[in-house]
Amino acid sequence: MKLEMRDQPGQLVAALKPISAVGGNIIAVIHQREATTAAEALDVQIVLELPEGRLERLLELLREQGVNVVRIGEERLLYECTLIVIGHLMHTDLSDTVNQIDRTGSSEVTELSMVMPAISSPSSARITIRSTTRAEMKRAIQILRAVAEQKELLIIEPLEDA
Amino acid sequence: MRIALLGFGSVGQGIVRSILAKDLDITVTGLADSRSGIIDAGGVDLAAALARKEQGEPCGDPGISPTDVVERAEYDILIEVTPTNVETAEPALGYIRGALRRGRHVVTSNKGPIALAYPELRTLAEENGVFLKYEATVCGAIPLIHAIQEGIAGNAITRICGVFNGTCNYILTRMAAEGLTYEQALAEARDLGYAEADPTYDVEGIDAGIKLVILANTVFDMDTTLDDVERTGITLLSPEALQLAEDQDCTIRLIGEIIPRVGVLRVSPRIVAKTHPLVVEGTLNAVTVETDLAGDLTFIGKGAGSTETASAVIGDLLYIQSRHVQGS
Repeated sequence: MKLEMRDQPGQLVAALKPISAVGGNIIAVIHQREATTAAEALDVQIVLELPEGRLERLLELLREQGVNVVRIGEERLLYECTLIVIGHLMHTDLSDTVNQIDRTGSSEVTELSMVMPAISSPSSARITIRSTTRAEMKRAIQILRAVAEQKELLIIEPLEDA
Repeated sequence: MRIALLGFGSVGQGIVRSILAKDLDITVTGLADSRSGIIDAGGVDLAAALARKEQGEPCGDPGISPTDVVERAEYDILIEVTPTNVETAEPALGYIRGALRRGRHVVTSNKGPIALAYPELRTLAEENGVFLKYEATVCGAIPLIHAIQEGIAGNAITRICGVFNGTCNYILTRMAAEGLTYEQALAEARDLGYAEADPTYDVEGIDAGIKLVILANTVFDMDTTLDDVERTGITLLSPEALQLAEDQDCTIRLIGEIIPRVGVLRVSPRIVAKTHPLVVEGTLNAVTVETDLAGDLTFIGKGAGSTETASAVIGDLLYIQSRHVQGS
């Protein structure tokens, strides 16, 4: 989100405090003096993660601090994970496999590249999933694992930080 | 220092060659292969025994068994490097018990007894006031267990993950580099002696799984068996999958992973960025230990081989010598 605040000592901290108060996580703060901005105002861009349904409360708290929210850009699906799946993907209904993840509402398959070397041999696909939260991503991978077991597909997950 | 050596295959011969080549102050008073044995309090003629072995002959007297060496030879440390049996751990387990009960230290490269009976053997060693060392059971030449138990003692370990099987790593390296199929890369690994005629033990992740069990049970005091390891091998991997990974500057490696806090033991092919320290080439092994104080530590080295495994055994031997063996 893009914020506008008075250019006075303590204002930035005052703007950041409510974010942790509502359980948010600050990812980046970009703070730049722009020529177009009025001399007494300061533009700050903040990238943050918020639990579902806390945005309204955050805006309220910011207003109380005298901070003007200029713009909010919402990116729902913050987490991305790319996996490789090997097996008879078409014969086991690929769109059903994708649907089972999309149906959660909080995770989506956003990219899929598939290689099918020969009709009878297994195909390989790279699947990118995006999710709203880390927990939802875990859930999506669990779903994919269960589907893979049922459809006899091999899933190759990324090695990520613990 | 007097040692008895059980097992005179690749590892046993590597140990004997190192003893002959270096001044380690080691006298071998007992030696046995699967068919014969020698007991000589004055010191076995190692060069002659090696020469017989190289001719395909038994190393010693067919009337002397490994058990005879364990029970009758005069030694301070038993070196047990007989072939691994992951089903019952025998006959190695019996030899190790015998030596510990006699109050002798034991150094082994044998995964079976450590994976299947470590708590019992540790108790037996403690009761008899002797050491049981097993560095060579995990990742050959890499001093992983020593590093964990001594070098970073006091650290909490949050995760261990790594490439624990050189055969699989060779196959995956070749599939990625040359676009080979799994079958072609396996055939190449066989030709080079990296894979057994029956590769199941390696390619299905059993070997890597056993190493995880050993680490879990010895370093983390967990009580696990191979059945507790979630295990997927590499036999179904396609060259296309490796290419899909390559397109994103990644590759695929068979990764063993332990997360002690949640009890995860897992061996599975994983997508890994090519710049990741665990992406090593050929038959190398690599292990990352994640800790609270030291941060991440990655060890890379040869996980198998005659002299490489001998290196780990000799390291254990000299460790015991420097701490316990008197009058050597």
